[in-house]
Amino acid sequence: MPDNNKPVLDETDRRIVEATQAGLPVTARPYHVIAEQLELDPELVMQRIRQLLESGIIRRIGVVPNHYKLGYRANGMTVWDVPDDKIIELGNKIGSLNFVSHCYHRPRHLPDWPYNLFAMVHAHTKEKTNQYIDVIKDILGDSNRQHTVLYSTRILKKTGMRIGNTQ
Amino acid sequence: MNQIDRNIINHMQNDFPVCESPFAKMAAQLDMDEEVLINRIQSLLDDGTLSRFGPMYNIEKLGGQYSLVAMSVPEHDLESVIEVVNSYPEVAHNYERDHSFNVWFVIAAETVTELKDILKKIEKRTGYATYDMPKLEEFYIGLKFDA
Repeated sequence: MPDNNKPVLDETDRRIVEATQAGLPVTARPYHVIAEQLELDPELVMQRIRQLLESGIIRRIGVVPNHYKLGYRANGMTVWDVPDDKIIELGNKIGSLNFVSHCYHRPRHLPDWPYNLFAMVHAHTKEKTNQYIDVIKDILGDSNRQHTVLYSTRILKKTGMRIGNTQ
Repeated sequence: MNQIDRNIINHMQNDFPVCESPFAKMAAQLDMDEEVLINRIQSLLDDGTLSRFGPMYNIEKLGGQYSLVAMSVPEHDLESVIEVVNSYPEVAHNYERDHSFNVWFVIAAETVTELKDILKKIEKRTGYATYDMPKLEEFYIGLKFDA
């Protein structure tokens, strides 16, 4: 698979990304703290962060809840084996359901792993998740050759995405 | 969790301001005191209700690569495999799931080569295969949880 086209990020952007990818300091003037760490002008740091938001490099800034602690305990990764030539049409339908948080086409690994459509379903109970799975089943109809659901039983690690911290 | 914490979680998943005193601005919107808001967020982070606070990067737009990787590991080797997998800072999330494919992690690296290299190292150190499942198409990503 080829690498994506890289947007133009200069050294300053890169330093800001590296300094903030683990999170922002929880303090009255967080961007100023970052600026001080990097020995940069706070106005420049904030301007660059706004640009990163505009270009979509930063999806959003905010808190990330641990959804287990919010009562979302039945987090099912539903996986489906559907014909490749229908996957875009079907993926868009499933992805637009309001109880699906992420929906992706991923490669099969035959014979061990026959599934190519992944839809994350979050609910407070497994009963509710099963109802949601029935909805997906109905939508897919005959295109669903087989499916299963994998529940998460333990968070083993959860951090933000990192780049450039291994050199 | 009380109503104040619920409000904070529901209103702070997006659009944290980029300005000199963002907490003061946010606190005004939530009709609370800046210092109280800062303290609440810190304690929600400390007790694990929040897993992080800050910018969420779309690493692919930085030219990075990421993938979902599965492993099938028998119970008696599970903890040691988890330790190896988690030791890589490129591994961002890792979940245990109730399936013969029981270890599922998201890995982020700067290039495909670097990513594949880490998977090779994990296979070598653990003796178990990794099943690389990079996304071929994204249909939706809009995660937001109500507290």
